[in-house]
Amino acid sequence: MRDVAIVAFAQSRHARSTAEVSEVELLMPVLHEAFDQVELKASDIGFTCSGSSDYLAGRAFSFTMALDGVGAWPPISESHVEMDGAWALYEAWVKILTGEADTALVYSYGKSSPGDVREVLTRQLDPYYVAPLWPDPVALAALQARALIDAGHTSEPELAGVAARSRASARDNPYAQLTSVRDGGEYVVQPLRRQDCPPVGDGAAAIVLAAGDTARRLCARPAWIRGLDHRIEAHSLGVRDLTDSPSTRLAAERAGLFDAPVDTAELHAPFTSQEVVLRRALRLGDEVDVNPSGGPLAANPIMAAGLIRLGEAAARIHRGDSDRAVAHATSGPCLQQNLVAVLEGDVK
Amino acid sequence: MSKAPVAVVGIGQTKHVAARHDVSIAGLLREAALRALADAELTFADIDAVVIGKAPDFFEGVMMPELYLADALGAVGKPMLRVHTAGSVGGSTALVASNLVAARVHRTVLTVAFEKQSESNAMWGLSLPIPFQQPLLAGAGGFFAPHVRAYMRRTGAPDHIGSLVAFKDRRNALKNPYAHLHEKDITLEKVRAAPMLWDPIRYSETCPSSDGAVAMVLTDTEGAARTPRPPAWLHGGAMRSEPTMFAGKDYVSPQAGKDCAADVYRQAGITDPRREIDAVEMYVPFSWYEPMWLENLGFAAEGEGWKLTEAGVTELDGDLPVNPSGGVLSTNPIGASGMIRFAEAALQVRGQAGEHQVEGARRALGHAYGGGAQFFSMWLVGADRPTT
Amino acid sequence: MTEVLSAPLVVEFPFTRSLGPVQSAFLTGLRERTVLGVRTGDDRVLVPPVEYDPVTSAELRELVEVGATGTVTTWAWNPDPGRNQPLSTPFAWVLVRLDGADTAMLHALDAAGPDAVSTGMRVRIRWAAERVGAITDIACFEPDDGTGPPERAATAHHGEFTDPVTGIVAPARLDYVYSPGRAQTRYLAALADRKMIGERCPSCRKVYIPPRGACPTCGVATEEQVEVGPGGTITTFCIVNIKARGLDIEVPYVYAHIALDGADLALHGRIGGLPYDQVRMGMRVEPVWSDDGGFPDHYRPTGEPDAGYDTYKEMV
Repeated sequence: MRDVAIVAFAQSRHARSTAEVSEVELLMPVLHEAFDQVELKASDIGFTCSGSSDYLAGRAFSFTMALDGVGAWPPISESHVEMDGAWALYEAWVKILTGEADTALVYSYGKSSPGDVREVLTRQLDPYYVAPLWPDPVALAALQARALIDAGHTSEPELAGVAARSRASARDNPYAQLTSVRDGGEYVVQPLRRQDCPPVGDGAAAIVLAAGDTARRLCARPAWIRGLDHRIEAHSLGVRDLTDSPSTRLAAERAGLFDAPVDTAELHAPFTSQEVVLRRALRLGDEVDVNPSGGPLAANPIMAAGLIRLGEAAARIHRGDSDRAVAHATSGPCLQQNLVAVLEGDVK
Repeated sequence: MSKAPVAVVGIGQTKHVAARHDVSIAGLLREAALRALADAELTFADIDAVVIGKAPDFFEGVMMPELYLADALGAVGKPMLRVHTAGSVGGSTALVASNLVAARVHRTVLTVAFEKQSESNAMWGLSLPIPFQQPLLAGAGGFFAPHVRAYMRRTGAPDHIGSLVAFKDRRNALKNPYAHLHEKDITLEKVRAAPMLWDPIRYSETCPSSDGAVAMVLTDTEGAARTPRPPAWLHGGAMRSEPTMFAGKDYVSPQAGKDCAADVYRQAGITDPRREIDAVEMYVPFSWYEPMWLENLGFAAEGEGWKLTEAGVTELDGDLPVNPSGGVLSTNPIGASGMIRFAEAALQVRGQAGEHQVEGARRALGHAYGGGAQFFSMWLVGADRPTT
Repeated sequence: MTEVLSAPLVVEFPFTRSLGPVQSAFLTGLRERTVLGVRTGDDRVLVPPVEYDPVTSAELRELVEVGATGTVTTWAWNPDPGRNQPLSTPFAWVLVRLDGADTAMLHALDAAGPDAVSTGMRVRIRWAAERVGAITDIACFEPDDGTGPPERAATAHHGEFTDPVTGIVAPARLDYVYSPGRAQTRYLAALADRKMIGERCPSCRKVYIPPRGACPTCGVATEEQVEVGPGGTITTFCIVNIKARGLDIEVPYVYAHIALDGADLALHGRIGGLPYDQVRMGMRVEPVWSDDGGFPDHYRPTGEPDAGYDTYKEMV
């Protein structure tokens, strides 16, 4: 299997609303920054893949206009997933493994501000039995949190600790949207308080992947993708054990996470309670630095937040702050689908 | 390490109709998936990963429906990907699935594309009014008709070419039990007597709106060795994109289409597509796109595509049959239409196309594109295992 | 800096969903106040009944009847119900394992407050007064005071009812506020002054109208404003003979691509001011403004000689 690495990562300054810019206007500076990091331009890239959602945008084919920001001329080899950008990265990684490309641009963006994101995400649910009841993602996460508390896996004070730690970490992250938990004490859906929930906001992210020597040429310390896997579970909450995430565990096994310890974890846990589930599934001990960026509790641009986890973990390797990191992305209600990447830097 | 060879060993599709009232969305996909598995004599347990594709989520009103569809497609515990590249999505989805095998990430992959357009209304889904944007003043065909006129002006093609394509494709569809439109009493006169909706496009030269799904099982060399029926081998596959609107865009013969075809031919070692390719399933949503794509894909010189159509070259018994299945003009579940092209190309080289089989087809091209003529995906499949 | 525009964008449709046999039986059963589940190969009873086994993916068809009372397996108190949710007063979201079932279903529980809800509590279905064969035929759950029927096991059920429900209509409305961004805001502001303002790419120098914020071939922002038109050339067109949805324009009419003078790609518009069958490629036209401050109502011939094909063929 070819060695493939994340060699560049850029993101927007995430904000509650970016109404002043269109999606392409939000995305384009992020693409430029990613290109600049590796001194490449669009025509140097072997494959481009993006992730976004029409439902979030409220418009069909919304991704077609975002491509304007790439400068797809002459024509480029390009694809799009209607998923978080982490899965776009997966598609790009596979493309590089085929040998058809040596470099790839991956980007994703999401503007939650135009719609009511809690209502929008209800449209993901079983269209016959569940979507007609409009249960929002906070409600579903709260059902999961209650199950965790009932099972003795966590407590409300422990969740408050996750919230406080995440926002404190975010103070060092200039791209974070939320860096404090002021007035976070009231319940949104009990047992989840405002502080347990992610901020709603807009953002974009871009990553450049490269293979082997190209990666070494483009980046002083590439974040090598040692393993990458994703798995999905059954859809209905009522048939799943909400206190566990077997798909995360399986993806982690396949990605080789358990072969050696990691020092850093970037987890796509939009709710504090989901970090509890993921820590158990990924067997992360207290020695692991979890979400040093602040994680999705500090900035959660839907469709990009998973890709950002991969980018944040890679950036720590680039900077020399991590040698082996795990990054995780999720999709669907209560962690239905999960992606796990194991990233490593060369020995310093 | 070179790419692993990829074989198509299972193909299934639903009988495409205007509205499938008897199944859920999952039931529709499941039907195609089970037929593909049965064709390969495999079960869901043999599948390592699932890749699905469809056009905009608004068509069925389900956001990221792969989440709800995981159970029905046997994907629980497996990787599942969802592709969306507009009209080319069915083709792109198959290529993403094939890359999983080619990259040796998985051995055997199920890929499914669908649209259940009867859940909503395609025109609603395609034309959600957006504030501040000038509405398309013409309806669906109005987007395409000016490009057809431009083609006619550029090439001097006579007015009747479009009707020849529609007449051919609808007759071919009569030989395809899965095709949506079965116009048993079709005549050229009827095609020509149909009302001109968006002059120069007649009603009879437009595609229907269908409920349908298509599925394929893709596997590696070892999987192909075990398969009961002849596989179709992937000889080349590519996607190309260009911006939707830009200064210098050639809507009649987009550069992305030319580049995509050139990449596929290079991979497959094709130097003379007209002679070396035995059958073509191309994405022709309006009849005139057949001569346009004949030129764009290198089967005819610029300005000459319509002459092939006029001479009967693209007929089922011609020397370059185009859309023996009846094509998009006879069947159009939008998100599936591209994959149906890819699957029909594979059926041809497997010798499994039944009544619409092109005699002795060894190499066939599947072609899909997005409505704005900005996204292209293509694959070339052959009866023989590729040598390189 | 012009104030950034925004406007409501409503995405609303009554989706018509056909049902598979298991869903049809379940939803018809609800209409008849009968709760059905489905039995799996390993003898588990799934409620609500799904078509395909979530573990094995096997097709499931063996229906059983389960109780209308059950046990809360987890819950969450919702103090601020949304506009489409089952109850308009604060309620608990619950997963309920109905008597005779092995899995739990999601619904709402009407209770006095969070202190009145607990995991393991007994609840029963409150049926909607009018039932149509939908999940909302269960109005919600309510606490079971012990007067309900005792716990029961699942019993076989034929799943057949008179006049079965074969589909549901699922209305869905989502409200967005759409903002077109900086470039289009500048463009729209100029339209109000009856000016067509494109933007030039700093790299390739092409002039884009309408500007969309980026030069799509160069991937860089366009910011230099350039007034184009008002004259332009019809590059291609079609004659529309069928009324488009939501458009109140008398047919036939001509819909054309128009290259405004100074622009490097064509925009689109309706041609008026002459019989539809006299419109030609190459015809010179100019905008006819409406009084609403928006886009031109249509374009009309200027009377100039037609442009030669070579002058606009790159924009066809």
